[in-house]
Amino acid sequence: MLNKIWPIFIIISFSYAILCGKLDSLNSAIFESTSDAVSLSISLLGTICLWNGIIQVANKSSIINKLTKILNPIIQILYPEMKKNKQAQKEISMNMVANILGLGNAATPLGLKAMKTMQKENPKKDTLSNSMIMFIVLNSASIQIIPTTVIAIRSSLGSSNPTSIVFPVWVATFCAATCGIVVTKLLIKFSKKEKN
Amino acid sequence: MQIINFISNLAMPLIILIIVIYGVVEKTNIFDNFLEGAKEGLEIVLSIFPTLIGLFVAIGALRASGVLDIIIHFLTPILNVIHFPSELMPLAMLRPISGSSSIAIATDIMKNYGVDSNLGIIASTIMGSTETTLYTIAIYASSVKIKKTRFVLVAALVADVVGMLVSVAVCRFLS
Repeated sequence: MLNKIWPIFIIISFSYAILCGKLDSLNSAIFESTSDAVSLSISLLGTICLWNGIIQVANKSSIINKLTKILNPIIQILYPEMKKNKQAQKEISMNMVANILGLGNAATPLGLKAMKTMQKENPKKDTLSNSMIMFIVLNSASIQIIPTTVIAIRSSLGSSNPTSIVFPVWVATFCAATCGIVVTKLLIKFSKKEKN
Repeated sequence: MQIINFISNLAMPLIILIIVIYGVVEKTNIFDNFLEGAKEGLEIVLSIFPTLIGLFVAIGALRASGVLDIIIHFLTPILNVIHFPSELMPLAMLRPISGSSSIAIATDIMKNYGVDSNLGIIASTIMGSTETTLYTIAIYASSVKIKKTRFVLVAALVADVVGMLVSVAVCRFLS
């Protein structure tokens, strides 16, 4: 994907900037973006190491099995390929919980861990498996009970009711996630037919 | 508001606390396990770092060169047909590709039109109900060194578009 998108972004924006005399802002954007990426990675480094450690602690106790049992019916439907992969089920459950609670900082590390486990069973190592696609789509649908970041921004701007958006957010994420699941399932079916 | 603040502040400490208590009660080598997991975290960050650099530069260039403004300019009439507010177009375009700039744009909309105005509420709802899709796909795929992503971008973008359209519809319906 990025092999196609990345050069398109670069070629179009660099040549447009040269032709329209926007070189100043292009140059400063290049340096700002690299330092943004560095500072994001540094902050990710901390949270990813922390949550990887915590999940390893959870892994070695029985709590995570209890959680996985509760979420099992959903996981069976969404990730049929992972039926026998207990480790992947555990990590997917932890990621689901972190997402729902709005812990973006925890959801990403837990999600990356689950990706690693799913990759072990992936027959084609350079291609996303069906379960991985479903997992990424759900993680990009941002399912959460309390949208903490937006509420914080709204209250900092002096909103009279910062939490008024909670209900609309529920409706919107629910519709988005449902459509994401349906589209993914349909495309999985379609790609199977194409192969046969 | 205070209750919601309390619950969201409580979530992370409570999860860690419960996990640690379980680990202690069941007599596992809790700190050794923690270190084992944390070490693996280093590896994950190293594998996504190059992707972040490449992606951020490309998106930064797209914004700074003004290409994004042109795309927005051409898409606005189409969106007017489906009654998507054109003031929110830059937000809708940037939301899937850049987290920090979409937060900046949403904040700007809330400041200019009012936090509790119709546009301000729609912008907040869009921010709350969608993710930085391109970034999510890029780091999830690159963390396991996968290059062929099949239809994941299409499926995730469909979910984003639905989320945004529903945000507009719900906020209009409630106001």
